[in-house]
Amino acid sequence: MANILVNAPKMAKRGDVIEIKALIMHPMETGFRPGPNGQIIPRNIIEHFTATWNDAEIFALEMSPAISANPFVSFFAVATESGTIRLRWTGDQGFAVEEQVAIAVE
Amino acid sequence: MTGLRFGIVLAAVFGASLALAQGGSDKRRSGYRDMGAALQQMQDDDTANPGMLFVQQGAKLWEQRVGTADKSCADCHAAANVSMKGVAARYPAIPSGADKPIDLEGRINLCRVDNQKAPPLPPESQDMLALLAFVSRQSRGLPIAPPDDPRLAAYREQGAEIYARRQGQLNLSCAICHDDNAGKKLAGVTIPQAHPTGYPIYRLEWQGPGSLRRRLRNCLVGIRAEPYPAGAPEYVALELYLMDRAKGMILESPGVRP
Amino acid sequence: MDRRRFLAGTAVVALLPFDRAAATPDAMAEAIRKVLGGAAVREERVKLDMPPLIENGNTVPLTVSVESPMTVGDYVKAIHVFNEKNPQPNVFTAKLSARNGKAIVGTRIKLGDSQKIVAIAETSDGKFWSASADVIVTLAACLEEST
Ligand code: HEC
Ligand code: HEC
Repeated sequence: MANILVNAPKMAKRGDVIEIKALIMHPMETGFRPGPNGQIIPRNIIEHFTATWNDAEIFALEMSPAISANPFVSFFAVATESGTIRLRWTGDQGFAVEEQVAIAVE
Repeated sequence: MTGLRFGIVLAAVFGASLALAQGGSDKRRSGYRDMGAALQQMQDDDTANPGMLFVQQGAKLWEQRVGTADKSCADCHAAANVSMKGVAARYPAIPSGADKPIDLEGRINLCRVDNQKAPPLPPESQDMLALLAFVSRQSRGLPIAPPDDPRLAAYREQGAEIYARRQGQLNLSCAICHDDNAGKKLAGVTIPQAHPTGYPIYRLEWQGPGSLRRRLRNCLVGIRAEPYPAGAPEYVALELYLMDRAKGMILESPGVRP
Repeated sequence: MDRRRFLAGTAVVALLPFDRAAATPDAMAEAIRKVLGGAAVREERVKLDMPPLIENGNTVPLTVSVESPMTVGDYVKAIHVFNEKNPQPNVFTAKLSARNGKAIVGTRIKLGDSQKIVAIAETSDGKFWSASADVIVTLAACLEEST
């Protein structure tokens, strides 16, 4: 059960440029830090974030260990048609989650 | 201090005194006001405040049936925005049928054990912090309002005494930093007045959420004092004193702090 | 208490958020060279917004905006961000298109130390644009035991 907060307008006019913001709970462990026993804590980061609008990719972000824990991302998109905005995060240790929001464009 | 860079910054840590620019006679200010614009914005915007991830998780836990009683918080308390409104503003308090104060974590665990018949949640566990964040969120915007219960006076005094007492290898009291030197810089960080307005907070240093207890523990370790063991009554006493000292100030939970 | 004595005599323990950084200005230059592939870069059009003074290096808000009409014929294809002193020089790469309408990307990054950050934008005509910022990271005070 991933904890994700997505913020995007539920409605927009065709041609509007809307902002999409997303927060996801994730440790973004860098793989450079020693743990309590002195051993390096294995890297556990989200590597890729993608956003699609009715299945067409509109934005992608390649992340590194320098992205903060509980990553935040914001970007813009032109409202073209009603449908589904789907956000997907994938990364180390088989991490793969997605969240979708509906948008009505008139 | 395994492999971490451990800098000991000696002497000359308190820079020039900053005037506490504040109108009115109330000179109290939340740690929020000592933060830069970027962090204030992060706290103010629910879609950017990472503490809201934990509030969201707490909302899910609120509905979850657990324990041998197979009851959720919602089964007894219904809508949290009604039943939990103002609750975080008046804890610690003495629950009915008891004679000692407990803080909000203690109250949540009392319900876990007595009402849900489930094991208590470990302190600072993600589930505890999530429930704490969710319950506290219901009091955001409300003034801190400690109960009038006369039985609390002795505990508050104990908290005040700890606050004023010099301790640790650095031989400092909470008051020396948070009353006498608040607003000044300590190794680049502004010393806040230590008002518990944002708890539980999302602290950037922790890269996660934490309770007031954890924050107090950090300050004890910072002055190289032996922190009280988890669950020690001294924490509740300090919390009672701090809440009384911040009476009337507005709750911001979940706050963001550096 | 005697305030002056206190001011002079206090020892404060501070713990930096990161291990000693392994990346260097050279590593950053190398990572940037890879992206540019020999092309020239101009310090124009790109804006890198970060707080001037950073209260904690674990979570530093950063926004990159690029001046562009963001039309099908003229848009920003990618935004790359690099740093000098974290263990790796690459911070992130964002892929954009005319579908974004505005070439603005925001996120939060970790910075182990005061350093230089560079943002490079690649436009659809194959040109590169950049901006940089020098940031100062202060040390947190009063930390718990390292765990
Ligand atoms: C079986 C019913 C029941 C369940 C389940 C239950 N509670 Fe309670 N809760 C109570 C009762 C009864 C009280 C005491 C009310 C009083 O003393 O006035 C209480 C009090 C509280 C209080 C203090 C309210 C105040 O005004 O001081 C909080 C906070 C609280 N519960 C949180 C929770 C949370 C969080 C959960 C789920 C983890 C939970 N409760 C589950 C019955 C329940
Ligand atoms: C050496 C000075 C110093 C001493 C002594 C000290 N603190 Fe702090 N305290 C700080 C600083 C600096 C911060 C700000 C956090 C940071 O960035 O490290 C802080 C933060 C806090 C906060 C959080 C305020 C907020 O806005 O959330 C509380 C509460 C607090 N301290 C309570 C205490 C208590 C109680 C004691 C005594 C047991 C104490 N402090 C002792 C320096 C001190």
